[in-house]
Amino acid sequence: MMILSGDPPRSRALTLLLIVIVAALLATPWLFPGAKALNVAAKICIFAALVASYDLLLGYTGSVSFAHTMFYGIGSYAVAIALYSMGPNWAAVATGIVVGLPLAMLLALAIGLFSLRVEAIFFAMITLAVASAFMVLASQLSWLTGGEDGRSFQLPELLRPGTVFISKKAFGFEVNGRTLTYYLVFAASAAMILLLLRVVNSPFGRVLQAIRENRFRAEALGYRTVFHLTYANCIAATVAASAGVLNALWLRYAGPDTSLSFSIMLDILLMVVIGGMGTTYGAIVGAAIFILAQNYLQALMGTASRAAADAGLPLVPGLLHPDRWLLWLGLLFIASVYFFPTGVVGRLRGKPSAK
Amino acid sequence: MTPLETAKPQHVQPMSITLETQDLTIRFGGHVAVNRVSCTFRPGELTAIVGPNGAGKTTYFNLISGQLRPSDGRILFEGKDITPLTAPLRTRAGLGRAFQLTNLFPNLSVEENVRLAVQAAHHVHYDMLRPWMIRRDLIERAGALLDKVALRGRRTAAASALSHGDQRKLEVALMMALEPKVFMFDEPTAGMSIDEVPVVLNLIEQLKQDKSKIILLVEHKMDVVRSLADRIIVLHNGQLVADGKPADVIASPIVQEAYLGVAPGRSAA
Repeated sequence: MMILSGDPPRSRALTLLLIVIVAALLATPWLFPGAKALNVAAKICIFAALVASYDLLLGYTGSVSFAHTMFYGIGSYAVAIALYSMGPNWAAVATGIVVGLPLAMLLALAIGLFSLRVEAIFFAMITLAVASAFMVLASQLSWLTGGEDGRSFQLPELLRPGTVFISKKAFGFEVNGRTLTYYLVFAASAAMILLLLRVVNSPFGRVLQAIRENRFRAEALGYRTVFHLTYANCIAATVAASAGVLNALWLRYAGPDTSLSFSIMLDILLMVVIGGMGTTYGAIVGAAIFILAQNYLQALMGTASRAAADAGLPLVPGLLHPDRWLLWLGLLFIASVYFFPTGVVGRLRGKPSAK
Repeated sequence: MTPLETAKPQHVQPMSITLETQDLTIRFGGHVAVNRVSCTFRPGELTAIVGPNGAGKTTYFNLISGQLRPSDGRILFEGKDITPLTAPLRTRAGLGRAFQLTNLFPNLSVEENVRLAVQAAHHVHYDMLRPWMIRRDLIERAGALLDKVALRGRRTAAASALSHGDQRKLEVALMMALEPKVFMFDEPTAGMSIDEVPVVLNLIEQLKQDKSKIILLVEHKMDVVRSLADRIIVLHNGQLVADGKPADVIASPIVQEAYLGVAPGRSAA
């Protein structure tokens, strides 16, 4: 239990769901052949960590930040630029991490100390402004960032798909650099989520919840809440930047669309809400549901549409036409927020029970 | 600390442990809510602050505990000027406050509410890499406090699920958890049912046994004031209009007029 920091899922259904998700992620390279399945699985891992770090802010402290993708982008770009300019070696990866993570943390510190003193809306506005400025900066400084095209780069030898550890001939499956990269992403994401779970269940984490519940009272108890909020902001930013590093390493690319855009920010928000705010586990569930829907709903609808057409049903094939998948995705999210206002995890856990 | 006489503790106590407001004033626009209030509070003395609604009693409390900044005047505590300190720093200096309008962490459990206060008192602010449950000391202390206010049976309930009276008791438990040098009760029994009131009054009575504490009590019920207070000060329109022993203050014409709304000469109901 200590690895979960004394905060187990507390629901049989949730435990089962989490085991299924984690087992499926672990087994993806063996169970589901093909690049797409592995890409989806890696994206779920990375977003689970990213969303969990956002949950630390939104769910646990109640502060709304629009700069989370900025920190994600800082991590992505740092490692991409380092690998692009220094060549595909481990020193470049290390440089990207050593530059990217502290940069994200310092920026979060500055934003926090500047804006978390006052009302929450001010923090939201400042993060929005800084994130917008950063996005413009990233596309303008094209000599550094590659502008709208972003930066593609090569990974160190060990992580390349061409590096085969176990050939297909020997065992019937192949273990190559790509597989290794995937497990690197999986392990790093898992470590970050467990770290966040520890933070939210520490005495410090309880103070964050107290601030969310009643900041005035937390101050009256002697907590200087601006520091708690700022530290939380720094932790969230650092984890987001780490997730960004993984994202860049997995894609072998960093650009505005994959690591900075506001549509990613919206995705993160949706995943937090679908999974369940202030639960950490919600990040895993939310990321899994959202990314699976995003990637497979269209194909699923295509199959359903054809089946309906074959059965000769009127109207249904048109409604389920794959081109309308975004409509259904939207409806799915509206329904999930409407029926599970506390998210999937909140729903499965039921009433907050005795601790 | 030397043993004290209850009657005149101020003569024995060293001056340094006092709480003092000097010409404390706050203006909201043109309205002067607290007007040049100078008063010294001493350990071992329970001072009741009375006055009609809108007299500035709670505002005076807010100025002392730091929720409001004075327009003028100073607050001295243990001989130091604490006027520039923010609310959390004043709490850390030893000022404890229980609020009039219940002011809890509504979605956290009763025990968690108290534990947060205990944690603050033990200066566990930024411990973020250990789970809270390994701090057995904090958990046990919170349990002991819940026993004191007879709430242990409700410890797993959300604070918002408590009855009004229980919330008031939890409010008091939070202040006691801080182990302050100054206890500031703002109408601790307001809205409580008759059978709940003694729990809180007994707690205050127990606190009074510790002669090193300063206790301030804003209270409307005159019977409560009479039975607990060593001293009464009267605020009226933001000004301090009377200060003295309960019997004297209650009998004084100015109080009859200002607080009880009765002109001198006519008898109070």
